[in-house]
Amino acid sequence: MSTETPVQTNRYNLPDAKGRFGDFGGLYVPETLMPLVLELGEAWEVAKNDEAFWAEYHSLLKHFVGRPSPLYFAERLTDYYGGAKIYFKREELNHTGAHKINNCIGQILLAKRMGRTRIIAETGAGQHGVASATVCAKFDLPCTVYMGALDVERQKPNVFRMNLLGTTVVPVTNGNGTLKDAMNEALRDWVTNVHDTYYMIGTAAGMHPYPEMVRDFQTVIGKETKQQILELEGRLPDAVIAAVGGGSNAIGLFHPFIDDESVRIVGVEAAGHGLDVYNGHAASLNGGRPGVLHGNRTYLLQDDDGQILEGHSISAGLDYPGIGPEHAHLFATGRAKYVYTTDKEALDAFQLTSKLEGIIPALESSHAIARVGELAQDVGKGGIVVLNLSGRGDKDIFTVASAIGQTMSGM
Amino acid sequence: MTVARIDARFAKLKAENKAAFVSYIMAGDPDLETSFNVLKGLSETGSDIIELGFPFSDPMAEGPIIQLAAERSLKAGTKIAQVFALASRFREIDADTPLILMGYMNPVENMGYPAFAKACADHGIDGVIVVDCPPEEADGLTDALDAADVALIRLITPTSDEKRLKTLVKRTKGFVYYVSVAGVTGVKEADAQSIAGAVKRVQDAAQLPVVVGFGIKTPERAAEVARIADGAVVGSVLVDALAKSLPGNSPIETKVLETAGILAQAVHNARN
Ligand SMILES: Cc1ncc(COP(=O)(O)O)c(C=O)c1O
Repeated sequence: MSTETPVQTNRYNLPDAKGRFGDFGGLYVPETLMPLVLELGEAWEVAKNDEAFWAEYHSLLKHFVGRPSPLYFAERLTDYYGGAKIYFKREELNHTGAHKINNCIGQILLAKRMGRTRIIAETGAGQHGVASATVCAKFDLPCTVYMGALDVERQKPNVFRMNLLGTTVVPVTNGNGTLKDAMNEALRDWVTNVHDTYYMIGTAAGMHPYPEMVRDFQTVIGKETKQQILELEGRLPDAVIAAVGGGSNAIGLFHPFIDDESVRIVGVEAAGHGLDVYNGHAASLNGGRPGVLHGNRTYLLQDDDGQILEGHSISAGLDYPGIGPEHAHLFATGRAKYVYTTDKEALDAFQLTSKLEGIIPALESSHAIARVGELAQDVGKGGIVVLNLSGRGDKDIFTVASAIGQTMSGM
Repeated sequence: MTVARIDARFAKLKAENKAAFVSYIMAGDPDLETSFNVLKGLSETGSDIIELGFPFSDPMAEGPIIQLAAERSLKAGTKIAQVFALASRFREIDADTPLILMGYMNPVENMGYPAFAKACADHGIDGVIVVDCPPEEADGLTDALDAADVALIRLITPTSDEKRLKTLVKRTKGFVYYVSVAGVTGVKEADAQSIAGAVKRVQDAAQLPVVVGFGIKTPERAAEVARIADGAVVGSVLVDALAKSLPGNSPIETKVLETAGILAQAVHNARN
């Protein structure tokens, strides 16, 4: 796979110097953190232009993570829908079982360079928490992961994995006890421990430079996909599709295709109980409006008075009332389209993929799968669609079992 | 009035060689009627400036005490329009004590900067602190507040170096707020000795009064701060006193006001 400096993968070259993607992004943090995030921005500028940095990153991705991940023709799902060929980008085969590790490898190398001695992270599904715990074990740094109390409950296997890896998991009981609340608590830790702590954000959201940096660590997905599809099919896909929580797996796949105007780009938001249910979904683009939270201006679920709503999704990794600012920009400009999937549709897609493809997908990824059939039919026979299979679903079996009314007694 | 009300208050205190006692409460905690009684009482028990928190669902720089206060307020259904109405009501009984609104960006964004600034001016708010709005993102809001003659008050922290200090004091009015510890509100204790140098540095850079807050918990500490700064801010201790009175039978505000009175006295007598 390519090892060139992956700084810029499309023409629009955003964010600008102020961390803006059009009207979105920026740097809205308490003053105590300002010098830290500015310093992080400077360290990132140096690292991203340093070939040695990327050489180490790519070496770890190859030998520790197991990249490149395959691009796999999902033949039975393709037949099932009867439209375009559906390919899965198999991020679930990465070490730790999701795309999250791509970002953690990059950030831990940066934290090391900056001389930080303690890592904190937030997690929803626990995949980013596990990936953070993993790189911290490998690089021998103490790690504290904030996780909403509800998520601790619904992603138990990942809590156990983090503990095994030597990480301290702190359950957060504020709010609904989901990702938003975990992020608040991680920020509070950072404000308190500014002298030694590195905050490893798990998605392409938050304050500048995180949306850019996390994207640049995740574009390995899209770059590999491009090369692989050219090898397999001799042409670009007609569409790419991914689930969007904060937006890191999606932007990682999308970004290298943004200049390829023939490629349709589709993000899938979590519609929970349905977009018409007040506070019952997590679709910030389709069901929210712009505001400021967690360091950036973006689309948010909020009430008439500007209070943030908790939202809902069966998928802990998508259960967040905001979205990364680059997606807000792609939505506003219309370059990408954003559709949505309910809890129920995601559960169906989860089971369907397990049976048809022999792959148990994460509930997050299942949201994208639930919309891939329509897309494949719309593109039509002879076309090609690539779906980001962002993670594996082992972590979700308890949630799914209880949602479909089965018990796992004895487990 | 507005910015002038802040300037007048500091001028008066300076003439008396006193530091300002600055108190903080959360509007609508646990309801707006109690907040009015607390505001009235604070002004009567020696608060020179009052910071009025407006609640936000995700107060990321707040410790548990003020987080819970925001939750109580939101649970009671407090809306920002009601916070402004509360300010107006206070102005009817007190024309001189500066009122500073303190909170987070999203409710301000949601109103729109010009509407927010106008509401401040119309309801007797003299200054605004927006915790998650650094100077880099503040131009639009500052323009609107300037036009309404409302001060945007900056937080300066132990992590602000010389270069940062220059950025921070630009376009600020009224006074500046030195956050004496790196951390959330109401958890760590400030060390008075270590802040003396910082206060001097900020005073020189800003050419404005400097008040010190975050981590002042006792009358002794408040008095120490009053000897080295232009004012001492106390928030979490008051909010906590209120929270502890919630289940009781006596009026909720009694304990808060008693605590505030003791702290105000300590600040006002510190330089004697
Ligand atoms: C497997 C998987 N996919 C997707 C997501 C959503 O995050 P993002 O939108 O940053 O890719 C998560 C988050 O936990 C995840 O674990």
